[in-house]
Amino acid sequence: MAQVAMVMNLDKCIGCHTCSVTCKQAWTNRKGTEYVWFNNVETLPGQGYPRRWEDQEKWKGGWERTRSGRLRLRAGSRLKRLGHLFANPELPGIDDYYQPWTYEYRNLTDAPAGDDLPVARPVNQITGEAIDTIEWGPNWDDNLGGAPEHAVKDPLVEKIRDEVGERIRMEFEQSFLFYLPRVCEHCLNPACVAACPSGAMYKRAEDGIVLVDQEQCRGWRMCVSSCPYKKVYFNHATGKAEKCTFCFPRVEVGLPTVCSETCVGRMRYLGVMLYDADKVGEAAAVEDEHDLYPAQLEAFLDPHDPAVAAAARAAGITDEWLDAARRSPVFDLIRTYQVALPLHPEYRTMPMVWYVPPLSPVVDAVAAAGRDGEDAGNLFGAIDALRIPVEYLAELLTAGDTYPVDAVLRRMAAMRAYMRRVNLGQERDESAARAVGLSGTEMEDLFRLLAIAKYEDRYVVPTSARADAEALADAHPLDPDAAACPVSAEAFGESPVLLNLSPTRRSS
Amino acid sequence: MDLILWGVLPYASVVLLVAGLVWRARHDRFGWTTHSSQVHESRLLRIGSPLFHFGMAFVVLGHVVGLLIPKSWTDAVGVDDHTYHLLAVSTGAVAGVAAAVGIGILVHRRLTVRAVRRATLRSDHLMYTVLLGAMALGILATVLNSAGAMGDYNYRDGVSLWFRSLFTLQPDYALMGRAPLAFQLHVLFGLALFTLIPYSRLVHMVSAPLTYLFRPYVVYRGRDTGQLEQRKARRGWERAS
Repeated sequence: MAQVAMVMNLDKCIGCHTCSVTCKQAWTNRKGTEYVWFNNVETLPGQGYPRRWEDQEKWKGGWERTRSGRLRLRAGSRLKRLGHLFANPELPGIDDYYQPWTYEYRNLTDAPAGDDLPVARPVNQITGEAIDTIEWGPNWDDNLGGAPEHAVKDPLVEKIRDEVGERIRMEFEQSFLFYLPRVCEHCLNPACVAACPSGAMYKRAEDGIVLVDQEQCRGWRMCVSSCPYKKVYFNHATGKAEKCTFCFPRVEVGLPTVCSETCVGRMRYLGVMLYDADKVGEAAAVEDEHDLYPAQLEAFLDPHDPAVAAAARAAGITDEWLDAARRSPVFDLIRTYQVALPLHPEYRTMPMVWYVPPLSPVVDAVAAAGRDGEDAGNLFGAIDALRIPVEYLAELLTAGDTYPVDAVLRRMAAMRAYMRRVNLGQERDESAARAVGLSGTEMEDLFRLLAIAKYEDRYVVPTSARADAEALADAHPLDPDAAACPVSAEAFGESPVLLNLSPTRRSS
Repeated sequence: MDLILWGVLPYASVVLLVAGLVWRARHDRFGWTTHSSQVHESRLLRIGSPLFHFGMAFVVLGHVVGLLIPKSWTDAVGVDDHTYHLLAVSTGAVAGVAAAVGIGILVHRRLTVRAVRRATLRSDHLMYTVLLGAMALGILATVLNSAGAMGDYNYRDGVSLWFRSLFTLQPDYALMGRAPLAFQLHVLFGLALFTLIPYSRLVHMVSAPLTYLFRPYVVYRGRDTGQLEQRKARRGWERAS
């Protein structure tokens, strides 16, 4: 099957929140979704939105592997879920997100003349009450604001602190920060879909986008808690679940999603991934959590393989999609160069928004130590020296396995070092490329994709036009009793083909 | 009067119920939801809601048994009147108290938690009135009947026979007309509640998701080609400006 997937290059995210704002204006600027951000940008380390969403001990999101090796929702069996139909014990409340507020702006212009300057007091958008103190927001700990109080409550920090002891906290606060923009993962094995009692949530067969059928949703809100990424929201005005739509009306006509289109840092990539649907269940149920990333990698299919192309065509995937799959930047980052990693593969949902881990803090640390930050030798050393952030990244992207993260960071560091020599007109250092298993040409290609990041290279989105045309043809078939195609050669023997034009005045 | 109340009204309420469900299914699927307010308040709801729903399920089951199973059947298997009522009142009391306490907590929550109060629908006011009325009258009738305040009236020889006669389309309205007032009022509130199902949030009971137990975990669907056409405006949907 085919899916339009996304990769985000965290190395380039500047945390400007343009994606969040444009997404909000496009999709959730309505009553009932005041607190909803289909796209949000978190500062890490931090608690995120909703607070501590990664703490699955509490929320019971995603899947778990039973002793018999089968997958079951972490929140329990289907029968148990139905038993909790009348009150979902794991549902986050508005307070876990934040109480949305606005300001009494009208007071600024309508207040009667007086000695005091009029003020716009904050007002809770849900209860309509004035708020004395705003205590939390969608991005309260942005840029590590209040980190001594908030960042230490990051579930990942808590997790590795147990392993490496108290010293990591200081390391983080002094030198480590990066941004994590998050949208719905449009998983291959979506837990939200599996948890929906009404069958209102579904994965689209054509492009893998996970959607909520608003006519069929009955507001049981099991999806909200079962999504381990907390990316399904409850619209409290309509009583229905809503989620990131991957901007399907745009994607269907070949346009990138709003968050991608408006990304200032040019760090988002969209492209087609082909995958073996039969392998998904198996890959999601591998015993060792560290095998989840490689297992998902193996479930992807290479569109350059003629056998895969033939199977795809047989499954009704159009040539336009196959061509897009071959040019897919997402496939290159995930599979060819293997610099992108899935977010929390241990949730076993097989997420389809992947991340290139950030390298910059490493470079800065080396430069601060007075050494050349972009020399390959120093960089490799620095990655080893900063083991703790690598472990943090590993908790985020590879279920705690530092080996793949280390490999990605080395590949990125090698690319920088290699391209630096190219840009300075020095002799190319092919050994730096070979050391990370790439050729010089591949290095340049990766550089073009990650650093130059042209619009056409970032977004290769095939349209649904072809499939639409076929659907229309099916709906309005040609009259079978009519004569054969008027321009067919048979009707006219070997003579030149005549077009079936209505007779003009001149010819009559 | 008896004819209208006990011979016509029950059928009118069924017609309104069916018509309402057809209307929901055809024109307002978007409004077909629980309208849950759990995101606003969870602590009280987690106690009140299961108490009410499970209690109510057993209350409904009790009504089905009491109304549909003829006295002659239970007599035939050797359950005399005294034993029957002892059983019915004891199990019914447990379910009834659970439902009553549950709805008490839920109503208290709806009135005192500001966000929940603001989320209350217009239809809720009527629905809660009728629901609370039906429950209170039901409990009152049971208490009065058990305490002997209604003489030796046995609803299994009165209300139940009338209820079953509705299905044969020959309602024995006179029989219901002779029932004690508490039972009559309870039946009227019950019919009103019945009628309200499709027009209020009660409609969510019609979509109890039992098929969930049997379907595959992940649902795949093809793209809706109906979206290629101009979409008609549908109830509840906002127009994007």
